[in-house]
Order: sequence, then C-alpha cells, then structure tokens
Amino acid sequence: MKQTKSIKEKLAKGMRIRRSVFAYPYVLWMAVFILAPMLLILYYAFTNDGGITVENIVQAASWDNLKVLIDSVRFALYTTILCLLLGYPVAYLLSQMKKTSAALLSVFFIVPMWMNFLLRTYAWKVLLSAFTKILYTESAVLLGMVYNFLPFMILPIYTTLIKLDKSYIEAAADLGANPAKTFLKVVFPLSMPGIISGVTMVFIPSTTTFAISQLLGGGKTMLYGDLIYMKFITEQSWSTGSALSIILLAFVLISMTFMKKAERTTSDEGGGRLW
Amino acid sequence: MKDKHLIELIDVSKLYGGDVALSHVDLYIKDGEFLTLLGPSGCGKTTMLRLIAGFIMPDEGRIEMDGVDIANTPPYLRRVNTVFQKYALFPHLNVADNIAFGLKLKNVDKETIKQKVDAMLELVNLKGYGSRYVEQLSGGQQQRVAIARALVNEPQVLLLDEPLGALDLKLRKEMQVELKNMQQRLGITFIYVTHDQEEALTMSDTIVVLKDGVIQQIGTPTDIYNEPKNPFVADFIGESNIIPGIMLQDYKVRMNGVVYDCVDKGFGKNTEVDVVVRPEDIDIVPAEGARVFGKAVSVVFMGVHYEVDVDCGGYEWVIQTTDFVERGQVVGISIPPDAIHIMKKTQQTNLFDAVAYPEDGEIELLDHRFACNGLESFETKDDVLVAIAPVDVQLIPPEESGLTGVVRACMFLGTHYEVTIGCGEEDWIAYSPEYMESGEEIGISVAADKIAVSANEAN
Repeated sequence: MKQTKSIKEKLAKGMRIRRSVFAYPYVLWMAVFILAPMLLILYYAFTNDGGITVENIVQAASWDNLKVLIDSVRFALYTTILCLLLGYPVAYLLSQMKKTSAALLSVFFIVPMWMNFLLRTYAWKVLLSAFTKILYTESAVLLGMVYNFLPFMILPIYTTLIKLDKSYIEAAADLGANPAKTFLKVVFPLSMPGIISGVTMVFIPSTTTFAISQLLGGGKTMLYGDLIYMKFITEQSWSTGSALSIILLAFVLISMTFMKKAERTTSDEGGGRLW
Repeated sequence: MKDKHLIELIDVSKLYGGDVALSHVDLYIKDGEFLTLLGPSGCGKTTMLRLIAGFIMPDEGRIEMDGVDIANTPPYLRRVNTVFQKYALFPHLNVADNIAFGLKLKNVDKETIKQKVDAMLELVNLKGYGSRYVEQLSGGQQQRVAIARALVNEPQVLLLDEPLGALDLKLRKEMQVELKNMQQRLGITFIYVTHDQEEALTMSDTIVVLKDGVIQQIGTPTDIYNEPKNPFVADFIGESNIIPGIMLQDYKVRMNGVVYDCVDKGFGKNTEVDVVVRPEDIDIVPAEGARVFGKAVSVVFMGVHYEVDVDCGGYEWVIQTTDFVERGQVVGISIPPDAIHIMKKTQQTNLFDAVAYPEDGEIELLDHRFACNGLESFETKDDVLVAIAPVDVQLIPPEESGLTGVVRACMFLGTHYEVTIGCGEEDWIAYSPEYMESGEEIGISVAADKIAVSANEAN
C-alpha cells in the first residue's frame, strides 16, 4: 500500500516536470527575441566606444526630443479620448444585442484587424488623397490612429459589459432607476475595469506608434516612434536610438503604474480585467 | 391581516421560447400576508415573481395592483421591491450607499436618507457596517443588506426570490424566524419564492404550490400539509405514503385489500381514489391481534425518530416512530381514521394529434407509425385525435423501439411509479413497476387495440 503510494507520488512529480517542458520553446524565444534585444538596447544606451557613459541619455533628453515626446503623448491622448467616445457606445450597443447579431456585427470591427496595420494605413492614404484635402495633416494622422486602435478600446469594454450581471440592472430598476439612471449609476461605474483596460491598450501603443504619422502625416508630424526609427535606420546612430528607447520605456512604465493604480481603486466585480 | 386583495393575477400566461412557464394562472394576494410560491425548479415560481416585479411582461392576462392593471408598467414605476437570489448588491457602492440607492433616486434630502439608512441598519442588525464594501461581508450579512436596501423604500410588497438559498442550515433557520418577525412587525406583504417545503410551512400564511406552470393548490400550511389535493402536492410537501384506494362508501376506504375507517365523504360509491397517509401518523402496534401487519425491512435512525419501512405484502409503508423496532421484526400497524386523507384520482390520459393511414391500418404519431384498430371510418391523411391510457403504454428497451423518449420525472404512487417521458414536444405518461432515473432513454410501444382514435374536431 505504502509502496504504491510512493510510486504514485513519484509519477506525479515526474508529470510536473514534464509539463513545464512545454514552456521551454517560449522561454528560448523570449531569451533570444525579447531579453537579448533589451540587453542590447541597454548596452548601446549606456556605452560609448566601449566605455560606460550617461552621455547618450543626456543627449537624448534634449528639449527638442522632449517636445516630440510631448507631441506623441498629446496625439495618444486625443486618440484615446476619441476611441473611448466612439468605442463605448459601440461596445454598449453590442452588449445589448442578441449574441448572434452581436457576433455578426463585431466581425466588422475584428476583420480589419486581420490585415496588417500598414496595409490599412496605406489604404487610408489612397482614400484621403482621392476624396479629401486632409492628407498630410495632423487630422489625417489622428484619423489613422483612431482607426487602427479603436478595436482595442471596444473589445475590453464589450467584454466587461457582457459579463456584467444582469441582476444589477434589474436591481437598479427595482429600486426606481429609469434606464438612463441605471446606466449612469450602475452600468457605467461597473464597466470601469473595461474602460481602464481599453485606455491602457490604446494609450500605450499609440504613444509609441510610428509609420502612421509618416504615411498620413507626410513627415510633417514627427512622433517619438518616428524619431527612434530615424535614429536607428536613417542616421544609424544606435546609441542615441537606444537612449531614446530607454526614455520611452521609462515613460510607458510610469503610465502603466498610474493605470494599475486607477484600476485597483475601481472594483473588478462585474467584469474581468483583460490587461 | 386585512382582506383586501392587493395584487391579483388574472389568467396570466408566460411562454419562454415556446415553452410554457406559466399557464393561465389566477391568484390573489391579500394585503399584509406572507405568501409563498413553492415548487420544484422550473415550476414557474420565479417567473411569477418576476412578472410581479415587472422584469418580464405576461404574454396573456392581467396583473392588477390595487385594481389597476400593471402588467406593462416598467419595474421602476412599481411600488414593489425585490430581494434577489444572489442579492445583486452593487459592488461599487458601500453598504450605506447600497441601502440609500432607492432614496437618492427619489431626491430625498441627505439628512432623511442618513436617518433612514441608520434605522434600516439597526433593523437588520448591521449597525456600524455602513462604510463597509459588499465583498467584505459574509453571505448572511449581504442577505441583510439586500433586505434593508429593499425595505428602506417602504414598498407595499416585498418580493423575495429564494433569499436564503445560499446560506448554511443554521443561519437559514435563524433568518427564517427573523424574516417572519420582520414581516409581522412592518405589516408589509411578502411574496416569497422557495423550493424548500419546510421553509414554506414555517413562514407562510398562504402557500401556493406550483408544478409545470400550473397552480396545484393554494392554502394555509396546515391545509396543504393535511389535505393535499393531489399526489404531487402530497409528495412534494413532506414525506408521505401515497397509495391507490377505493372509496367504498362515505367514511370507508379500501387500500391494499384492507378496509379502513376514514373521515372523508362525498366521493360516491366504489370510486377509485388516491390516499395519503403521513409517516408520522401511522402507529406501530404489537403484531398479535393487529389487523394489518408486516415485516420491518428497513430501520433508519433519523435523530428524533426512526424511519421504518414495513412491508405488508404489496405495499411498503413508510412509518416514523420514536419506538425502536428491530429490523426483520414483524409488527402490526394501525392507521387512525383522521390520518387518512382521500384525494380525487387524477385521471391522466395521453392525448395526441396524429394522422390516419387506414389503408395500412396505422397512424402516424410523433413521426412514428403505430399499428392501430378502428381506422375504417377515416380517410387517408385525416387528422385524428388519439387517446392512450397510461397503463397501456409499454416501456421497452430503446433499441427495440422506433419511438424513444427521455424520462423527465418519476413519482411513486404506492403500487407503481408514474413516469413522465418527453418525446420531442409531447410528454407521455406511463406506469412502471420500477423506479426510473431522470434522463434515462426509453422506448415506447402501444398495442394496436389500446389506441382509441377519434376525429380531431379542432380541425
């Protein structure tokens, strides 16, 4: 009896080890394609001709470069606000629909995501030049960004709303709230986790975006992503590029901390966090 | 309790995707009473509560409150409040704000709100819990907050949807007493939904027993317990012996070959009836000299009493007694006349629409052909109505039959089980000598001479 038990235990132990084996390919992937590049960036940012230095960082933190960062944040804020204003009503309507019609409609938001975003942006370039006069303006850049990031706002909000227990809505109505009051006092506050997920998923990538501004802004609008791209590719100045990347990374980490804080203060009941 | 009818349901029906949730229900609720809707899951009790709350609208019929039809009034305009099954307390608000939710909507001034919330917290024994969040409370405390949140609006009617279901037994018992006290003190009408018969018997002024969307019986707890109207009610409310009998004349009934004195009359002579005898009403007496005796085949200690099964040849009586009986012992049983409750036999017949094919001597019923006599007077493809007595429905292994169904319910009727079998949209009633599990697949067969065919006058 005792022996069979110990064999079982050994087997269980063996199973545990064997299961973690499946993670090895990804660990390898992470080491080669995520960890190594990060280390390289760190290396380039803090070395100069083999010696350790902070000179690159000091240079990268110049006023001209910071102005580009501020501009990027401004664009990211506009994008986030527009995505929220457009996305929340869509997510709400989808969540109120029958499952089948909601699935059908959400295809319209998801299918464009199956195409590469560069391709979509090129399509906008053609459309804007053919039908409007806004190509190569800030409006065009903003339009491109909102278009590309909108699904990332809709989906987390939709998920939170769909998971929202219907009995909260019934309880509000039961206590005398008409549909508008029910939305303001119950549905909207309870969808906060989804909003925060959506804001995170739009704000962070749009701060670091590039290419959209080049394609639709015609080089007139320089975003931080474009700046890094330019340093690496055009000027081949890997040290400056890496230093700029470090500054951006620091900024992203700080913003993420704020979002997490905001998330912790809102309840995560009624809908799951996605991010 | 005043005798005024506060709420009245008149011929109310509700369908869910083609399935009947409530069928032609008539019910009135008196002002100030504690009314319980009781039944198994899927019987329509929650549907009825949600209709009164206004979350759903009836497909047919009227719902009147103080004589005004409110069937299509949205919930936020009704003077009723609900305690939800899982409480549905708002997680983004603290306890005080949860309770104040309804008052704030009515623009009550802050000072009054505070006073009322405090009074409510005191009423439900949660003084000082106002600033806590819902997730910091235990199930029992959440329950109290849910009650406070509803009661603070001073509704005329409080609806409670299985509010004690999530609590453990001890807490549930305490809350039952507390709820009943609260209801009596405040004089508010309570409509309470539960599947727990004991809870219903303890708390209610009136119990409404429901099954398959149809009201089976309305009455006081004592009425329902002592005078169940049909085998379903008898079986659902407490344990009981249900046995077919023959009412020989007034005050005389024959069960399992023995004639007993009883207190019922007015059933006519030699009428088939169902008889209910509660296990605690049967006395165990010495076997010598007893008119009825049998062997104790099972003895189980239940805490306060023993539950003894006595096999009297043909029927096994369930008896609850405080006297110890040895297993295997032969004992006599005695049933006092007032322990015998006679119910009118519920005659059940399977009635189906079918299509006649006289040239083949067959009918088509539920996409299956049955050989059938007596089709001479019909034309090919005539719509007909067929009647099959439950006793004539033969249950056979599914692989041997063209028509199969799934067992939906199985109820012991003393000498046999009554089995409900779902075949697509139709239910068959059949009798079986053995118990059948719900969900079991079973084949159905009927002898050709047992199918009674008549013209379908509906068409």
